[in-house]
Amino acid sequence: MPVQIPKDKWPGQVRVATIGATEADGGTRTSVITVGGEKALPFMHFEAEMPYRPVIALEIKDRKPDDWSPLLLETWGEAMDAPGAWAKAAEAAGADMLQLSLSLTGVDGEPNTPDKAVTAVQSVLNSSGLPLAVFGPGQKEADNELLVPVAEATKGERIALGICEDKNYRTIVATAMANDHLVTARAPMDVNLSKQLNILITDMGLPLERIIMDPTTGALGYGIEYGYSVMERLRLAALQGDTMTQLPMIVTPGFEAWKAKESKVGTGVPAAWGDWLERAINWETLTAVALLESGADILVLRHPESVRRVRMAIEELMEAEELRLATGN
Amino acid sequence: MALSGIQIYKMLPKTNCKECGFPTCLAFAMKLAAKQVELSACPHVSEESKAQLAESSAPPVRLVTLKSNGYQAAAGNEVVLFRHEKKFFHMPGLFIRVKDDLTSEQIKAKLAPAEAYEVDYVGLELTLDGFAVESVTGDAAAFATAVQAVNAVSHRPLILMSSDPDVIAAGLAAADCEIPLICAADGDNWEAMAGLAKEHKAALVVNGRTLDELADLTEKIKATGVEDLVLNPIGDNLSQRLALSTQIRRLALKKNFRALGYPLFVAPMDGEDIAYQSILAAQGIAKYGGFVVIDYFAPELAYPLLVLRQNIYTDPQKPIQVQPGLYEINDPTPESPVLVTTNFSITYFSVANEVDGSGLPAWLLVTEAEGMSVLTAWAAGKFDAERIAKDVKRFNVADKVANKRIVLPGHTAVLSGELEEELPGWEIKVGPREAVDIPAFMKQVLA
Repeated sequence: MPVQIPKDKWPGQVRVATIGATEADGGTRTSVITVGGEKALPFMHFEAEMPYRPVIALEIKDRKPDDWSPLLLETWGEAMDAPGAWAKAAEAAGADMLQLSLSLTGVDGEPNTPDKAVTAVQSVLNSSGLPLAVFGPGQKEADNELLVPVAEATKGERIALGICEDKNYRTIVATAMANDHLVTARAPMDVNLSKQLNILITDMGLPLERIIMDPTTGALGYGIEYGYSVMERLRLAALQGDTMTQLPMIVTPGFEAWKAKESKVGTGVPAAWGDWLERAINWETLTAVALLESGADILVLRHPESVRRVRMAIEELMEAEELRLATGN
Repeated sequence: MALSGIQIYKMLPKTNCKECGFPTCLAFAMKLAAKQVELSACPHVSEESKAQLAESSAPPVRLVTLKSNGYQAAAGNEVVLFRHEKKFFHMPGLFIRVKDDLTSEQIKAKLAPAEAYEVDYVGLELTLDGFAVESVTGDAAAFATAVQAVNAVSHRPLILMSSDPDVIAAGLAAADCEIPLICAADGDNWEAMAGLAKEHKAALVVNGRTLDELADLTEKIKATGVEDLVLNPIGDNLSQRLALSTQIRRLALKKNFRALGYPLFVAPMDGEDIAYQSILAAQGIAKYGGFVVIDYFAPELAYPLLVLRQNIYTDPQKPIQVQPGLYEINDPTPESPVLVTTNFSITYFSVANEVDGSGLPAWLLVTEAEGMSVLTAWAAGKFDAERIAKDVKRFNVADKVANKRIVLPGHTAVLSGELEEELPGWEIKVGPREAVDIPAFMKQVLA
């Protein structure tokens, strides 16, 4: 029985964004990543070519973190003591990109300073040729104080600076514009709030091609379904032609999954949770895979084994040979 | 295609007899179109109309229910492609597979922990749904023995896997299961398999490498009177599997294409490792799977898969909530602290589990925040000093404690000033941002 295959034709397309600049483009990166360009829902290759594959970033910090799971401390070991060493280790673990999170305080408990932040970022850039995203500590004053000098010291590298939120985006956007960088724009799991923030940012004059939107997600078991559906709705809106949703999406399943008790803690938990390390990796990997299927362009992870597994999923999902949907097609 | 209310009205008696419980036939027709009532409520409808209406009102994805000794696994009856459009209704069954080249003792040892597996998630006890037995020896007696070994440890629904009808027949004879799932019919064996499904009232998986092949087979099998079918579109990788599953769901829902209006079967190929199978199962759960099989049982994988299934199948319109109120944890006394959180169930259980795990007594005040998490509720104005103070009064918290200490979630530290004004005489403390840090906080700051 010949089956008529319905093919969705969408009027809209996600914009293409490139993070990182090689020497030829005024930076020092040995590789860059390009994401976006989708003209159909994720991996529907039979409807439209998916020009760029989703990208895996590894999160590193400017110093050994106080609140990460012991499993992660064990995995990264001494590399965590120096951001350059950590960057090298993350590159060796197979990341396409690095996401450096700046800390609020140093190991000594003293507040982080612009000088230290710039030194950390430069050490990462000197140690690895991968493209980079740099996130502030997540407090308005600290973010602005640290990200502006970082942006100035790395002019032309096309770093993704984050995190812009509705209560604090102006300073970050201004410095991204002045220094040839991009920004990430985070809204709390809400299609309209995402759109609104993108509008506010473009109103300042930053082109849409230099915004990566972060719809926010929850980990498996901790609200992933909200993030999952918001991403599906944002991508549907983009394909339907809504300009302010036509941006590639970055999500942080590593941060979310490793915050969950299931990953963070190994003792005093129910026996039904099983082996700690394998559970933690499943928690991160399954969170990431679900988000991949709902439209993520950049997935920020924390564990090398999750990188390997999510990479395996991406490789297969990107296989676009002629589909055996129907004999007649 | 689904009929409109007017189209349905034309087929009704139009007597407005009211016996269906509605004032007019038109009103009843409208309810039928909205699938809010059953046609059987009308005692006077003609047989001809009945047949026509039954055909048009059949769900676009047939509901297939496996039954065994009081357990059941149902899939189908889905009406949307994306969960936000309404909701996904029937969670896919999760099955663990064994092969018949294992001894009975090996099978029992492998499956007993899977059978007994139960894990708590936000107050729900989650379990696996059943077991699949696959013939790799090709021997009917060996298969029957394997099925008996499974039944020795489990009474849950079974999936019987072989391409040889004789092997399946032996398995069906041995199985203690009212409606098992036979896997599978293909272009060569479908007549015999359909015969077995009919004879044993079993559901039947149909294998096909293309949609044409699948549609062809389901039509032929349906013509023999077997309707509880499950589709197994054979894909070589995650990309093909996703494309085939998506197209089947689209054809069923958007084109009302009956030949593919059945739930989907998702099982790994030979030799795929546990990491790969975890990803395949996750894709199956998110993207339209109805019966999902994996070869490995491990609690550290079963738990996240069961949680993913629960999350994806949550009704997006109704966040799971708990009742607002003052909860007692570890037998609190008037000296125990009061911790505040919202009534979103994931938030409540995260906090309550940590407080419970700390071993220290506390009062947990769960405020009315319309089922939102702390940060979301705070951003939406549903978790502020005024509302917290209101619930402190509503639940008579002051009468329960002598030492008036109240702990705010760390993310809402900004509320402490206003709360001091709202609750004079109370000491306002700021707790940790994440639930996981509550025990340390209770020991260091509150003890």
